[in-house]
Amino acid sequence: MKKLKLVMIGNGMAGVRTLEELLKLSNELYDITVFGAEPHTNYNRILLSPVLAGEQTFEEIVLNDLDWYLENNIKLLLNRKVVEIDRVKRRVIAEDGTEAEYDRLLIATGSTPFILPIPGNTLQGVIGYRDIADTQAMIDTAKTHKHAVVIGGGLLGLEAANGLMLRGMHVTVVHIGEWLLERQLDKTSGQLLQTALEARGLHFRLCEQTQALHDAGNGRVGSVQFKNGDIIPADLVVMAAGIRPNTELAEKSGIPCNRGILVNDTMQTYDPRVYAIGECASHRGIAYGLVAPLFEQAKVCANHLAQLGFATYKGSVTSTKLKVTGIDLFSAGDFMGGEGTETITLSDPIGGVYKKLVIKDDVLVGACLYGDTADGGWYFRQIRENHGIGEIRDHLMFGENALGDVGHQGQDKAMSMADTAEVCGCNGVCKGTIVKAIQEHGLFSVDDVKKHTKAASSCGSCAGLVEQILINTVGGAADVKPKSEKAICGCSDLNHGQIRQAIRDQHLLTIAGTMSYLNWRTPNGCATCRPALNYYLISTWPGEAKDDPQSRLINERAHANIQKDGTYSVVPRMWGGVTNPSELRRIADVADKYNVPMVKVTGGQRIDLLGIKKQDLPGVWKDLDMPSGHAYGKSIRTVKTCVGSEFCRFGTQNSTQLGIELEHDLFNMWSPHKVKLAVSGCPRNCSEAGIKDVGIIGVDSGWEMYIGGNGGIKTEVAEFFVKLKTAEEVREYNGAFLQLYREEAFYLERTVHYLQRVGMEHIKKAVLEDPERRKALNDRLQFSLSFEQDPWKERLEQPLLKKEFEVIPVKNLEVSV
Amino acid sequence: MNWLDICALEEINTLGSRIIAGPKGDIAIFRTSDDEVFALDDRCPHKGGPLSQGLIYGKRVACPLHNWQIDLETGEAQAPDIGCAHHHSARVENGRVLLALREAS
Repeated sequence: MKKLKLVMIGNGMAGVRTLEELLKLSNELYDITVFGAEPHTNYNRILLSPVLAGEQTFEEIVLNDLDWYLENNIKLLLNRKVVEIDRVKRRVIAEDGTEAEYDRLLIATGSTPFILPIPGNTLQGVIGYRDIADTQAMIDTAKTHKHAVVIGGGLLGLEAANGLMLRGMHVTVVHIGEWLLERQLDKTSGQLLQTALEARGLHFRLCEQTQALHDAGNGRVGSVQFKNGDIIPADLVVMAAGIRPNTELAEKSGIPCNRGILVNDTMQTYDPRVYAIGECASHRGIAYGLVAPLFEQAKVCANHLAQLGFATYKGSVTSTKLKVTGIDLFSAGDFMGGEGTETITLSDPIGGVYKKLVIKDDVLVGACLYGDTADGGWYFRQIRENHGIGEIRDHLMFGENALGDVGHQGQDKAMSMADTAEVCGCNGVCKGTIVKAIQEHGLFSVDDVKKHTKAASSCGSCAGLVEQILINTVGGAADVKPKSEKAICGCSDLNHGQIRQAIRDQHLLTIAGTMSYLNWRTPNGCATCRPALNYYLISTWPGEAKDDPQSRLINERAHANIQKDGTYSVVPRMWGGVTNPSELRRIADVADKYNVPMVKVTGGQRIDLLGIKKQDLPGVWKDLDMPSGHAYGKSIRTVKTCVGSEFCRFGTQNSTQLGIELEHDLFNMWSPHKVKLAVSGCPRNCSEAGIKDVGIIGVDSGWEMYIGGNGGIKTEVAEFFVKLKTAEEVREYNGAFLQLYREEAFYLERTVHYLQRVGMEHIKKAVLEDPERRKALNDRLQFSLSFEQDPWKERLEQPLLKKEFEVIPVKNLEVSV
Repeated sequence: MNWLDICALEEINTLGSRIIAGPKGDIAIFRTSDDEVFALDDRCPHKGGPLSQGLIYGKRVACPLHNWQIDLETGEAQAPDIGCAHHHSARVENGRVLLALREAS
């Protein structure tokens, strides 16, 4: 097939990101040509401020070097400004006469600083703040001149002012507004910021308009004159009073623009062959100037360029951060508030802390933090995920920490952590290493950080902390999304919810069929998506979809837990944690016969035989003559019990019996993640039911049922669900809840996270309010379980399944040379 | 090359693996979805995990211990991880899996 021609005008972050996304989807569709007006390859424009401040160098902020363009066969034309788009002949023409034909055109021309239309604005020493050349001009001027005036007290202006001051200049910021950063801060926090910056040596003139710039007599600016007649010296004037999308080129070629090139939800302009993206594009009336939305646009645009055609861009919630070292400022969403919103404010002018939260209809919609921004990431997540905050409203202002035990996750710690402090306990990664990787490699997502540093790549408990560090390092550029919105893995752009939906709606029955229907990028997925797909298929279509052992990770394939030396551990099932002398004798015999190096009691009241060779597993199972304990699976694990009313002098209910019954009810149940239960016979709760996925506590008048507890990575106390009278009812409600979880949770989502995502009300509605629905859920669980049998027995009875455990004997294995 | 007859191709599941006992430890033989076969020493360059027990996709295997992604053809770990598992030559002929061991250099 002949390749199509893709031409991109502009070589900045949004455009190149689109190419990267496109190449991930297809590298064979297009011959790509890129026109860049600047003499540089793609660099991280948002890090120009740290460069100006002397904290980073130009080399450090390059995102794609020349080799990258070469490796991807992209024809890169630097220093070439495109001056015409000929939409009839489908070609673009550059200033120097270079032409390129296109089948698809991508306009990513970005924006230019708005230069005030005042006398003297073309004098030498009057610049905008946009690119490497501007930054270099500022650095050079700071070496030879004294006075700088920055016009505009927005993010860019303040960062420029701070950088110039650090380079030794006397800097005055002129701002037309009543306070600084009026788009990011309200008046109170704006004034706090001003005080802090003044203490560092910056000068401000607020509510002031610039009237003219005067020549020093040599063609260079010498002073600035204000409307009120004041004149101050200025050897350098930086215009940072806003940006203008670069639409001239598009307008000239007849593409409709209105403060940006108009694009639809697929990033197409009025001419369907022409796409526009980034700061030059106007989507639903907004031209975004921050990098995170641009990356979201890039994904959508690439999806359509790759002819997949299903992604849509619906706009972004944005957050910003001022990149001035030592000043902590964070804002996100609608922080000014307005009609129908309520505001919670904390103000401590002496301590230099100000926080404002804006709430609408019990949902956090905006946050503005100054001085203490530790919870910025957490608030940002609340805003994006639209969580109802009714129940935590009282504590909301005090951050995540105030909501109780935040365990190891500790997002709130990120700001105050030292660079040498360990973030990832599994892989021994320190904060400094993460920050360095983010800056050096230009990382914007937690996944990127995982790949480069290993942090959060094992147990994942520090992912929240890593996310916080990411947000603190790159601010609004951080690509942070809740799991419900994230793509399942690199093999597809679809999220878990969309995939489940498709499997149900299209009656998909095989992994290969699902991948082909959903346009998977890889021939047979990866270790992340295959186990998830396998679970979704067998849980959605029990009896129809066939389990695929090759898509299960080793523990679920070997039905034992792999250990660090490649041996396995074996945990036989003991219903409700109850055993007898005969079972114990068999366990002891097995331990002797197979030289088991360790026999241990588990946290779930079972006995664990550790250090068994894989080929011995079938023999061990046969000799034990007990069912699988499923201690290895995303499945029902154990039901922990106390002795209950049969023996205990405090016991009010027969917890042991109910535990045994519940465990039988759920035997062989596969689930999105592991499921653990406990039953206690009285409120003393010796079986620790408060930290289980389902915890049952017997009281004199019946049973209390709690759901969504977790004793692992991050301790979570189970929430009260319902009070029931009989053990029969407990079994019914338990089955219904777990089936709902099986049907709705994402793979690897524990009940606690599922509960947090869908909300308690949703679960109560499904399980408590409607007896029909409760029964239907239970029926579906029973139907599903009717196809399962004890996996150990299954493997002993079917020789074909035993193959997994056998070593192929080969004689005369010699090294051939 | 000294090619040894190992087993019939069907003895290895599609996207599965089998182990054979080699002179210097276990050797894992992998079968891809295209019925190609590859052989690696059954030790991940990271912490020695048994690669034969990993999940196989494309021409890669994910180590069962810490999810390193190992290329089946070369034994190289995927970036940013660095390391290499020793590889041997394997092929399918008339439905039989053949293996030629390669000495570590």
